[in-house]
Amino acid sequence: MISSWFLFFYLVSGVCFILALKGLSSPLTAAKGNVFGIAGMAIAIVTTLLIPEGSVFLRYAFVLLAIMGGGLIGAKIARDIPMTALPQLVAGFHSLVGMAAVLVAITSLIEPQIFGIGVVGGINTSSLFEMAFGAVIGAITFSGSLIAFGKLQGLITGKPLRFTLQHKLNATLAALILALICFFVIFESYTAFFIFVILAFALGFLLILPIGGADMPVVISMLNSYSGFAAVGIGFTLGNTLLIITGALVGVSGAILSYIMCKAMNRSIFNVILGGVNIGGADASKDKKDDDKAVKIGSPEDAAFIMENAEKVIIVPGYGMAVAGAQHALFDMANALKAKGVEVKYAIHPVAGRMPGHMNVLLAEANIPYEDVFELDAINGEFATADVAYVIGANDVTNPLAKTDEKSPIFGMPILEVGKAKTVFFVKRSMATGYSGVENPLFFADNTIMLFGDAKKVTEEIVKDMENS
Amino acid sequence: MSSESFVILLTIFVLAGFVGYYVIWKVTPALHSPLMAVTNAISSVIVVGAIIALLKAESAWIEAVAFVAILIASINIFGGFIVTNRMLAMFKKKEKKL
Repeated sequence: MISSWFLFFYLVSGVCFILALKGLSSPLTAAKGNVFGIAGMAIAIVTTLLIPEGSVFLRYAFVLLAIMGGGLIGAKIARDIPMTALPQLVAGFHSLVGMAAVLVAITSLIEPQIFGIGVVGGINTSSLFEMAFGAVIGAITFSGSLIAFGKLQGLITGKPLRFTLQHKLNATLAALILALICFFVIFESYTAFFIFVILAFALGFLLILPIGGADMPVVISMLNSYSGFAAVGIGFTLGNTLLIITGALVGVSGAILSYIMCKAMNRSIFNVILGGVNIGGADASKDKKDDDKAVKIGSPEDAAFIMENAEKVIIVPGYGMAVAGAQHALFDMANALKAKGVEVKYAIHPVAGRMPGHMNVLLAEANIPYEDVFELDAINGEFATADVAYVIGANDVTNPLAKTDEKSPIFGMPILEVGKAKTVFFVKRSMATGYSGVENPLFFADNTIMLFGDAKKVTEEIVKDMENS
Repeated sequence: MSSESFVILLTIFVLAGFVGYYVIWKVTPALHSPLMAVTNAISSVIVVGAIIALLKAESAWIEAVAFVAILIASINIFGGFIVTNRMLAMFKKKEKKL
């Protein structure tokens, strides 16, 4: 049993983690918050190193070696990763937390005396249940995050993969895992443990594989939550208060982010996990595409002229903008406009990036001041007073069908009401539909002008024209 | 574990959950990505379990399992905090410029 002295430092560490999260309530306090986070982790690790008595020096050397080895790898990855690849990085990291939970569960099962939870063959029943819980959630987190990583990295198709009996197979797997857990708790069977861990790995793969790329913000948030609850399971197993506190914080955080993302797409979490997007509806709306509708096509010069003479321009960036690497060009364009006295704001839909808040980071990276960046609810009322909405690399999040067409797969999703601006520019490579596969009627609206081409090149040309005029 | 200590742990869990609920809703949406990265880093506090295991393990293979657990959790800890720092620095930079 851990003495109260250590528990006290675990509490300090837990409070540091809470302060780290609290710091994120404003960009001004966030960096300070992160210092608390790092301090909390340092306190936790140092305290833990002092707990066991009579350990040989060599063991401490191993621990430090592992920490430094992992630290070097982690630091290298985190320094080199481009911000566009942030979601993959986070997914990859989630998988590691999951795996760590599984491994710690294994150590507590094979050598329970380490944690004072009983002896081999006589582990406390509640501990057995808790380690099973931690290991299963950890395993699902691991394999699910690997699939999410693969999808985001483009190693696995982002299209929803569906096969017959999928739900039945998953349900069977889940039932089998539960049955094996019961068997394991009663008989402390290693075989049962390793089989249900393997089944949980399989379940993680099968749960995430069918989910499409558009739902990735939800999936990442959900896995974030899982990784927290895996830590909670291990915390209960080891009787470790810090793991429980931290796991609860992370679990709740991921759950809230999942909720926010689901709401931003008007999907229920069950719908995302179980169904994916309504493919039938998307196909139907593709079929009725009629080609007689004409779009207005503009040139960068036109766009430069209209925006220069505007009073207020709202820029609506989507993930396509980030893929094209147009952030810096966008920053230049906004500066050129501001120099001419035009008010410039950015409107961000919650699912504009591939993970919650992703687009904000991408804009911040390009030096775009966060004061100019507004969330959906804060900016939607302003489109009516804007002269220009410059939609770049976004599509579905502006689609008015989400409000009007009940059959549309995106129906009910809150949208950025760009159509209310006097003039709407859509910078797009082609007329292709967005992730949802739904055509956007705004393209054919009278006040819409399409700017076809690469997001970065088009924006750069606009900047050039503005500078020349 | 006695049922009493289980209830104590459960109490901690539930209260921490409530703290999390109120703290997380206060996080500005602009910082949701750093939130995710930092929660990722702190959930790797699971490393403490692995450290205890490695220090007290009796068999070599449990030592090895614990070693790997510390290694991968550390990737997460360092990677998570560093990438969070990188992001937050971007948000901080502008405030100086303006």
